[in-house]
Formats: sequence, C-alpha cells, structure tokens
Amino acid sequence: MASYALRDVSLVIPDGQFIGLIGHTGSGKSTLVQHLNGLLAPTEGSVYFNGEDIHEKGYDKKKLRSKVGLVFQYPEHQLFETDVFSDVCFGPRNLGLTQKETQLRAFEALRQVGFPEEYFYQSPFDLSGGQKRRAAIAGVLAMRPEVLILDEPTAGLDPKGRDEILERIAALKRDTGITVVLVSHSMEDIAEYVDRIIVMNRGSVLFDDVPSVVFTHVKELEEVGLAAPQVSYIMQALHESGMPVRTGATTLEEAEREILRALGR
Amino acid sequence: MLRDITLGQYYQTESVVHKLDPRVKLVGTLLYIISLFLVNNLTGYLAAALFLGCMIFLSKVPFRYMVRGMKAIVFLLLLTVLFNLFLTPGEALVQVWKLTITKQGVRIAVFMAIRLTFLIIGSSLMTLTTTPNNLTDGLEKLMGPLKRCKVPVHEISMMMSIALRFIPILMEETDKIMKAQIARGADFESGNLIKKAKAMVPLLVPLFISAFRRANDLAMAMEARCYQGGEGRTKMKPLQYKRRDYLAYVVFLCYLLILLALRNLRMLP
Repeated sequence: MASYALRDVSLVIPDGQFIGLIGHTGSGKSTLVQHLNGLLAPTEGSVYFNGEDIHEKGYDKKKLRSKVGLVFQYPEHQLFETDVFSDVCFGPRNLGLTQKETQLRAFEALRQVGFPEEYFYQSPFDLSGGQKRRAAIAGVLAMRPEVLILDEPTAGLDPKGRDEILERIAALKRDTGITVVLVSHSMEDIAEYVDRIIVMNRGSVLFDDVPSVVFTHVKELEEVGLAAPQVSYIMQALHESGMPVRTGATTLEEAEREILRALGR
Repeated sequence: MLRDITLGQYYQTESVVHKLDPRVKLVGTLLYIISLFLVNNLTGYLAAALFLGCMIFLSKVPFRYMVRGMKAIVFLLLLTVLFNLFLTPGEALVQVWKLTITKQGVRIAVFMAIRLTFLIIGSSLMTLTTTPNNLTDGLEKLMGPLKRCKVPVHEISMMMSIALRFIPILMEETDKIMKAQIARGADFESGNLIKKAKAMVPLLVPLFISAFRRANDLAMAMEARCYQGGEGRTKMKPLQYKRRDYLAYVVFLCYLLILLALRNLRMLP
C-alpha cells in the first residue's frame, strides 16, 4: 500500500490572516508549508497563489519564493556570510535589486525583527541563539514577502526569547498586514496571536477553525498528541462540574471574564 | 541527486551471507578480486560468474541493488574497454582511419569489462550484506597485527565508522540548507561554471559549520562516556568465528583451487 505524507488537504489562505498550523511531530506540517512556496510539488492536486497554478509551465518560482517567504526550522543554520548585514542582503540581492534597494530592505528587515544595531556588522556566528534566529528571520523578511511562513520559529529558545520573537511577529502582522502562517506544536505559543488554527494529524487536516472553537475539542486534541491551552482545561472542568461557563475561552483574560459572568458579577 | 550514492548501503534481510562473520566476507571479497585477475580463459570466468551468482542467490539481495552500484562506473568501464580495444598492439582485425582493433585488443577489452563488472558486483555484495559497523569491526580485527608496527588500528576503524555514520546525516543537512537557501532566492542550477561554484558558498559554509558542530558534539558525548581510545577497550559483541564461517573459508578455498586448476587446464594440450 502506498503511504502518503499528505492526503486530502484543502485550504484557502486569505490575505492578511494570521494562521496557526499545529500538529504533532510527523503530522505533515513541515511538508505542507514546503508545498506553499513550491519547494515540494504535490503528486496529485495543485497549489494556487493569487489565482495562478504555481506548477504551471513557465510560472516564475523564484518570484513566488520572494512573495511567499519561508523561514525554516532552526533558520540560524543557514547563515553563511561574514557579517549579519550581508547575510540579510542575500535574499533581496538574489531578486536582482539595486545595491541601494537591497541595503534599504535589509536595514528595514533587521529593524522589524528588533535586531540591535550595534551587532549589524558582527559575524553571525558570534551571536546568541535568539539574535541568530532574528537575523535569519530578517533574511527572509528582507525580500518583502506577502506571506510569511515560519516553521517552529521558537524551537530551542528560552521563554523570554520565545515571547520576544512571537511579539515581533505579531507586531509585524499589525503594522504591515502581512499574511502569517505560524507552524508550531505548542498551542500555548500561538493561542493568543492567531485568527485561525489548522490542526494537522497524520497528513490530513483534523480541525480548521477559530481558536475558541478548536480548543473546545480538548479530548480529540489529546488523542492526537496535542494539548489545549491550560485555560481550556480549567473551563472544561468548570463546565463539567456544573458551572454555566462557555468553554471557548483561549486566554487568561477571556477566561476571567467568562467565570465572572457565570458567577453573575 | 545526492541520493544515488550507494556507498555503505546495507540491505536488511535474513540470509546465510548476512550472518557470516565480517572478516570472512572481507577476506573472501579480497580473494575473489584476486581470483578475477588470475583467470585467463573464458571457462574460468564462467566459474567466477557461477560462484558470484550462487553468492547473490544465497544473500537474498535483489539483483537490481547490485546493478545500481554499476551505474557509477559505467563511464570508467567504457573508457577502459575503448582504450584496450584500440590501443593493444597485435594482429589487426578492423582498421578505421588510424585506429586499429586487434584480436588481442578485443580479448583484453572483454576480459577487462568482465573483471571490472564482477569486481564491483562482488564488493557491493559485501557492503550490501554487512552493516557498516560490522565492516569496521571486521577491519579492525583483521588489521590487529599491524598494531605492533604502531599503526593506530582502532583509531582508523573508529574514524571509518564515524565517517560512514555521518554520510546520511550530512546528506539530509545538505538537502535542508539547500531548500532554505532556495527559499531565499538562491539558484543552484543555472549559470556557467564559475557562477555555479559561487552559488555553492551559501550551501558549503553552513554545511561545514554544521559538520564541525556535530563533530564537536559527538566528541563531547564520547568523552562524557569515558571514551579513551582502543587501549583496554572490550566489545559488547566480540567477533567470533562459528562453524559456518570456517565452512565459508573452505568454500572459498575450493573455489580458488578450482580456478587455479582451470587456469592450468588451458596449458594442457
């Protein structure tokens, strides 16, 4: 029997949405996102970007990859230049932009990820893990993509580094209206930022909805090796013990409001 | 593209050949290769082919795996055949312009092609039926006597097994970095030679760094487990000859004797 890495995955990603793509290790998240910028081609089915089939003959894949920016897992492993600034310039330079425009974009991208200016001309290999990660993300942002896909951007970072990166991405989304797809295996990470959650399991889409709806499926999520945010558990438990709360709360603030409402205060 | 490398590729299955001591297989392969160069007539090659065929049958490895190893040397094979065909002096058969094909040339070319083919298939049979770890274990044991001449036998075999272990890891890493750079607009395919070489920098620098990082981590992990080199080190599964291994040696000996007999047979009137 043939085995599939992905099966029956049908998605529409509208402009400007902030999407969380979640799944257990090996559920097909990384495979899916590599289809989105044409690094992998589906054996069946097709991928459209702005209404055009990206695997059509003569479609400019290079242009597609500048529009759909993909930040790989542990992106700092792809740094190669002698200093951070030149490394960030690599992407825009490949697009054939002028020197001035390239540097302008690199500068802007480094500012967007909050990379400290005093390290611009340092070797990327002397930086801390968090700074390297920022530099690598800037390397993709410098191409000014319309869609930014981040594959586990917080893997291996400490809690502070993780929050900083996520805050930066959320701010970027607010300021520029860019479409963001955030791949993660931690609900906690993405619950407060995203508009929509796609849960992957064994190469198929299990849930695809707004966070408050997805998180009510606590049991199903656990069955596929994921966990809902801790608030969801509390709300579920309260609901089961007879308190008239709605279980869709995803953040601490929402939960607080909901409990107060249920208590009639 | 990089996946075509069959070096150290092991085919997992249960067979007599798989169970043999790696030393037997190493020595056997070496003897087989030597035997190929001793043979001087077609009857001998028939015997060699028969022997190889039996071994392949016993190993239960599908024949196409053997052929896969051949792909890499097709060019070398053609070159050898052509050179031998045209450049051997002797009785002329066909003459085209300044190139002459001689009777002796045809003979040598055919023999050379057979030898090379059998040689590659024979040695891939060994790597296909022996895990890399077993292979280096066997080598270490076989080279044991060299320790007296201050040859760092253990270190050499350790380096070999680490190198073999790293091949798939580095290939995976290459694939990953390549994709990451393509996502940043890198182009590894178009352009002339110089442009292509330049395009390799964003691939090679991270690859080297990652190789060094992995080597460093591995060294650390080995030290943390008190690795000190070969001195006084024992094995969890020491290699030990069993009955089938001695039997295999006998089979090889018989094969060699038969080949030698066939070689002398031709001398008889």
